[in-house]
Amino acid sequence: MELLWLAVSTIAIGVFGCVAWFWGSNWLLDRAYPPKGDKAGDNIRRANQIRPWLFLGPALIFLTMYLVYPVLDSFWRSLFNSNGSRFVGTDNYTWLMRDAKFRESMLNNMLWLLVVPVLATLFGLLAAQLTDRIKWGNIGKSLIFMPMAISFVGAGVIWKFIYEYRASGETQIGLLNWIVTQFGGEPQIWLTLPGWNNFFLMIVLVWIQTGFAMVILSAALRGIPEETIEAAILDGASPLQVFFKIKVPQIMGTIAVVWTTVTIVVLKVFDIVFVMTNGQWGTQVLANLMYDWMFRGTPDYGRGSAIAIVLMILVTPIMVWNIYNARKEVR
Amino acid sequence: MEGMAGQKSSLSWTVNIAAFLLVLLWTIPTLGLFVSSFRDRDQISTSGWWQSFSGSEQTGFVRSGTAEDQVQQDGLYVIEGSALEGTQALKAWGTGARNPAEFQPGDTADLGDGISLTVAEDGSYRMTSAQPFEMQRGERIFTTTVSPPSFTTENYNRVLTAGGLGRAFMNTMTVTIPATVIPILIAAFAAYALAWMQFPGRAVLTAAVVGLLVVPLQVALIPLLRLHNDLGIGKGYLGIWLAHTGFGLPLAVYLLRNYMVGLPREIIESARVDGATEFQIFRRIILPLSFPALASFAIFQFLWVWNDLLVATVFLGNTREQLVMTGLLRELMGSRGGEWEILATSAFISIAVPLLVFFAMQKYLVRGLLAGSVKGG
Repeated sequence: MELLWLAVSTIAIGVFGCVAWFWGSNWLLDRAYPPKGDKAGDNIRRANQIRPWLFLGPALIFLTMYLVYPVLDSFWRSLFNSNGSRFVGTDNYTWLMRDAKFRESMLNNMLWLLVVPVLATLFGLLAAQLTDRIKWGNIGKSLIFMPMAISFVGAGVIWKFIYEYRASGETQIGLLNWIVTQFGGEPQIWLTLPGWNNFFLMIVLVWIQTGFAMVILSAALRGIPEETIEAAILDGASPLQVFFKIKVPQIMGTIAVVWTTVTIVVLKVFDIVFVMTNGQWGTQVLANLMYDWMFRGTPDYGRGSAIAIVLMILVTPIMVWNIYNARKEVR
Repeated sequence: MEGMAGQKSSLSWTVNIAAFLLVLLWTIPTLGLFVSSFRDRDQISTSGWWQSFSGSEQTGFVRSGTAEDQVQQDGLYVIEGSALEGTQALKAWGTGARNPAEFQPGDTADLGDGISLTVAEDGSYRMTSAQPFEMQRGERIFTTTVSPPSFTTENYNRVLTAGGLGRAFMNTMTVTIPATVIPILIAAFAAYALAWMQFPGRAVLTAAVVGLLVVPLQVALIPLLRLHNDLGIGKGYLGIWLAHTGFGLPLAVYLLRNYMVGLPREIIESARVDGATEFQIFRRIILPLSFPALASFAIFQFLWVWNDLLVATVFLGNTREQLVMTGLLRELMGSRGGEWEILATSAFISIAVPLLVFFAMQKYLVRGLLAGSVKGG
């Protein structure tokens, strides 16, 4: 109950504070440079120069404090030792290059990068194409889209239940092992199978991201001009040819967008690995490795920050590409 | 798949079946959790959830009565009783561990020494002998029974009243609502300035917002934790609200700016001509018109904050009183990995709210996704 009050009053204070800032600062500005009297024109011009910064102010402060500053600070910190007391130059980075766990994480992240965006896009394309052609397509879309609303942790529980293992001969309560035993196979502890376990974790993310890919690709598919398709059919193209030679090339831009978005999610993947294997059995990834160095046992801020910077460097090409595209569109 | 008119119906059948399979594949995992959350502990650990609709099979054994229980009937010595409890139905029975399902209900087994045993379908057994029984321990009767499908809400009662889930639910609420409302407000003003006001540096700022969209959160954890400590905020709700506001702002500003840029210029121009101040234009015209975009972002941010684990673990702390639902779930997975009834129920409660929001406001979510990705990205 107390918490509820705290929450309600903070919302009230927060919202009131924001409104008070925007309203009050505008009011002050209008008092300082009234848009009337003999200097009206001058005043309006001045006020118009200041006002955008009043509107932008809080957002700029937040963005600088919570995103720009941390990137710089992390970089700076990565040049220091574990508790930040001694400058060590690039020692943390050279250590990273030699660390077996880091190499395993990099390798796994690359594996995730190769598999997840491709599968999510493919399944998304398939789902979009199928659900667009049937009567109950909207319901189908909703259901495929649904995992999007489920937390990574919740998805972890859901899939761990599917991968659940019971010794051979006992009743299997995990769906996957049950199916395997029905076909006469041996039940497996899927999450500890070397190499393969990475794929069992990736399936979870593909399951979550396919809905996102489907929604966006479906909109793009519908935006394709009818004439191009009709012309192709008149020329005797088969449905498969229509799909791969007419439709897919026209939505290449959207596929790229889906691909980059999923790629970003994959680079940052943390929760799934954290709750399902915690990086054991060869499933470590960068984000979880960083968490380990920062918050387990004695924190090593230098190495943790270095891993964070590696992550930052990995997303930079996509960041540049996004900015380039956005600017192209503004013009 | 030649796509000619005559094959249209078979093609559409293929499409329907393929779509159905795909939807099934995507729904089954969640369905499994949902069904399991209504089964009790024994059921979950003895059979798969997909078997719960057909009734579950169990095996066990009971001991018959001993020599003390015998009565004399029609010149025979008889021991009677029931091998089953409750409403189970007998499927098969036996007298040895080697072959516990040797006999059908109603069969008579010859146990040697002139003793015979019959177990009826309702579980009542009758052991007869021409000689008086002398055994001190009862004969073992193995049973294979089928329980009718049964579901219970007991798990929900248990999890909600004990186990800290109620508390975690409140914590999640307390984190989520302010962390959704505050960034919307701040972003709306900033987006308006970026969309409709003239000032130097506008293009650069817009590009910067796009760039910040992809900054990995991990980079921000340590610096912000130290910053919060230095500022005296420490770990707590205020810190996590501020953090989520900061992390959510790029998307909020970006989505809202894209939407506001598309609003008709004439409305804003004519309001300016009529002498409305920028603040009035924003409040009376822009805000109401931007409702769909505001709703889209609100849903994104709500889902994101509700489902977040990392930010909550780092900025809120990990004691029992501070855990949010994702944190509690994670803890349960560690400490009670085998107790699927608790895990499934807790997980389902934690995903119920986002699912409700998702199904109720899907339209805005889709719209937001399209605005965020197809146009700019």
